[in-house]
Amino acid sequence: MTVAGLAASFGSGAMTNSLDEIEFADVILAIGTNTTENHPIAGSKVKRAVRQLGAKLIVIDPRDIALTRYAELWLRPKPGTNVAVINGIMNGIVSEGLHNREYIEKRTEGFAALEEVLKKYTPEHVERISGVPADDIRKAARLYASGKKSSILYCMGVTQHSTGTDGVKSVANLSMLCGFVGIESGGVNPLRGQSNVQGACDMGALPATFPSYQQVANDEMRARFEKAWGVSLSGKPGLTVVEIMNAAHEGRIKGVYVMGENLMLSDPDLHHVEESLKKLELLVVQDLFLSDTAKLAHVVLPAANFAEKDGTFTNTERRVQRVRKAVEPPGEAKPDWLIVSELSARMGYGMKYGSPREIMDEIARVTPSYAGINYRRIERRGLQWPCLNAEHPGTKFLHRDRFTRGLGLFAAIEYKPSAELPDGDYPFYLTTGRVLYHYHTGTMTRLSRGPMERYPESLVEINPEDAWNLKLEDGEFVMVTSRRGSVKAKAWVTNRSPKGTVFMNFHFPEAAANLLTNPALDPIGKIPEYKVCAVKVEKAAADILERTEAPAKVQAAK
Amino acid sequence: MNKISLTINGKKIEAVPGQTVLEVARENGIDIPTLCYYPGTKLVGACRVCVVEIEGQRCLAASCAMPVSPGMVVRTDTPRVVEAQKMVVELLWASGDHNCLVCEANGNCELQDLVYRFKIEKPRFPIEPPGYPVERSNTMIQRDLNKCILCGRCIRVCNEIQVNEVLDFSERGSRMKVGPAFDADYIDSNCVFCGACVDACPTGAIVNRQSRFEGRPWELKKVRTTCGYCGVGCQMDLNLHEGRIVKVTGSRDHGTPNYGSLCVKGRFGMDFIHHPSRLKKPLIREGGELREASWDEAYSYIADRMSAIKAKHGPDSLAGLSSARCTNEENYLFQKFIRAAVGTNNVDHCARL
Repeated sequence: MTVAGLAASFGSGAMTNSLDEIEFADVILAIGTNTTENHPIAGSKVKRAVRQLGAKLIVIDPRDIALTRYAELWLRPKPGTNVAVINGIMNGIVSEGLHNREYIEKRTEGFAALEEVLKKYTPEHVERISGVPADDIRKAARLYASGKKSSILYCMGVTQHSTGTDGVKSVANLSMLCGFVGIESGGVNPLRGQSNVQGACDMGALPATFPSYQQVANDEMRARFEKAWGVSLSGKPGLTVVEIMNAAHEGRIKGVYVMGENLMLSDPDLHHVEESLKKLELLVVQDLFLSDTAKLAHVVLPAANFAEKDGTFTNTERRVQRVRKAVEPPGEAKPDWLIVSELSARMGYGMKYGSPREIMDEIARVTPSYAGINYRRIERRGLQWPCLNAEHPGTKFLHRDRFTRGLGLFAAIEYKPSAELPDGDYPFYLTTGRVLYHYHTGTMTRLSRGPMERYPESLVEINPEDAWNLKLEDGEFVMVTSRRGSVKAKAWVTNRSPKGTVFMNFHFPEAAANLLTNPALDPIGKIPEYKVCAVKVEKAAADILERTEAPAKVQAAK
Repeated sequence: MNKISLTINGKKIEAVPGQTVLEVARENGIDIPTLCYYPGTKLVGACRVCVVEIEGQRCLAASCAMPVSPGMVVRTDTPRVVEAQKMVVELLWASGDHNCLVCEANGNCELQDLVYRFKIEKPRFPIEPPGYPVERSNTMIQRDLNKCILCGRCIRVCNEIQVNEVLDFSERGSRMKVGPAFDADYIDSNCVFCGACVDACPTGAIVNRQSRFEGRPWELKKVRTTCGYCGVGCQMDLNLHEGRIVKVTGSRDHGTPNYGSLCVKGRFGMDFIHHPSRLKKPLIREGGELREASWDEAYSYIADRMSAIKAKHGPDSLAGLSSARCTNEENYLFQKFIRAAVGTNNVDHCARL
């Protein structure tokens, strides 16, 4: 996602700068990131920058997240209008001549086309689309451009749209417009949501690329891997997660091997996912628990978790760090690397490794950006890729003197509305995400006493005015219905949600937000539109035995 | 930068302007005891246990907050200094309920260390703890303000490092205490349970409640690793006792990216590791139900079915979904397996979800 957008603009799909650098930016623009809940330690860095070093923070988010308390300027657009808002800010910058002409001239291409598109996105025009006052857009433009080192942070609020790749390219445009890419404490910084999502991408767990983003369709690159692995390989790019589910539904995919994913809670339109999985002739699920996905499997394999095996994770700032075995896995559970290699041997393709250390040595041989990484070097402190050889110190920030692709590429992007917008039948926006106390499909945090004490059940965040109109009290149950399904959960009446928008998390299977979400995909990144769909909200009767206490202990986030 | 020279305990020392006497002394192997001092936060000079004698100055100075100046002559070891330090420790002991028998911090307590260092048998003052009730209102953090020495480290990490802005001093004088606004318990405040105050507390006033009675400090083995939750990649220590993880602590020595800070998930979200519902054996579906099987049987089942599907419908009828929660090594092997052994590029993971 981020990979697709940033790779197009810069040639490299990763956070341009380092986490430590956030603290020393003088302007931070946080868009579509609820940093203090989803990346609390990065959130602390933002808050320290503001409180202690006087940085100015611009927050762009429909929800009143905790960071807005620290913001100099908070823009509250309607969900799904990021591209328009960023175009508006860029229009403001260009019309006041605040862009960095020298940088644009020397380091980038495609500016003329962008400039042409921007003309129409006057702050007044953008106000009509997004609801953000034109003056605030101008203020944001001036503030962002006024920094010597302005940093952009973004997260799923930018990417999880049917126009997600456009959103990513837009923030890349904005940063290049002012010459902030390639400097310390500047840049475009996607905060990755999972411990090793950067690494999984780097390692080629993607349908079109081998490790280090080497294209499977490129004959030369494929030949390199054919030689390294001693087999002939397919040059036809594969299918993405959601495409695999669709293909399974249509009977084109017959067997799926799932290592540590819980599709039955994380994917959009769960009814469709369940139907698809049930049609498979073979579903193998390798997991810690009998997850909702594992319950549908033909074979379930017990795996070890991160505390039970050695290895490495690559964090959001491209830093490869050690994971160390502390305890033994329970019963006969085994580390995933061992299971995969043993299964491969049964399939007639031997993969013999004595330890993860040996696998890393092979990774370094076939992955240019990891070439200088080995366990000895990262024993005490991780290294940031690109790390090109055994002496290379790693790379703190990217694109210093030249972009990975040579010149930075501006993309002229028009705003497109979300695939599904509120209407008479489904008058509310639904937007989804995580909360501080839980993680992804909740299989780990829902088993932990502390997080469950603080956040024991799913809550639908709804604005007090909307609650008033529905005659709804805090803690009463609501039925949220989209064109794809219905979910009942307790309401949390709070100003965190703007009027006309409800927010749900996707951590709880008994109130699975993804029964409602729209599987409309971004055409390039293939990311589903989790952040916008249309729903109706009705007051629901509590079942007998369900108490309707106000969720008093969950005030924490704000 | 111009260095300045000063003398500590008769030793000529070079220092950088702006450094404190404490920093310079420690850099040069001269140990000065501290309690309220916490690197990376404001210097408050509150506890006075780090006092030193400076030639030409009438009063003893708190070395943690005293900047060096050229020609300064410092002594850290005079009877006057040691007496003052001892007095501070005795007063702190006498004003609290420091009963190491039942204290979780026993063996990991900076006050206990100082009592030992100054060879104090018992304080010369009557022991008069304030008599606060112990806060056990949540499962994560236990607070016993009777063991609080008012060093303010918890307040500074909460406000200056985590910037959660929950803790502060309330009341004045002998009634002064630490806590969230309106004297609330943690669970009723806007505390986000990052646990930074637990790691910062020098005594047993704020402790991890979940690891209470789960192993003494000297019995715990620490294994450094990378947190398995979000993408920040915090460095953390898993604390083991008898082969089980009993708690998670941060360590400032591990440096970037988190410098010892953790969040509620990293610190209190690890119960899943030893959860009884973990899968322990392979399972195979038979007659609609999943039954236990051996690894050998499970591997044969998968390999046979996969090979049959591949033979009948071609490799592109198979797909693999890898995981952003597995290691690099595992992701590498998984895509290699799907590409080289199965023969398709249908491999993806949940980066988009």
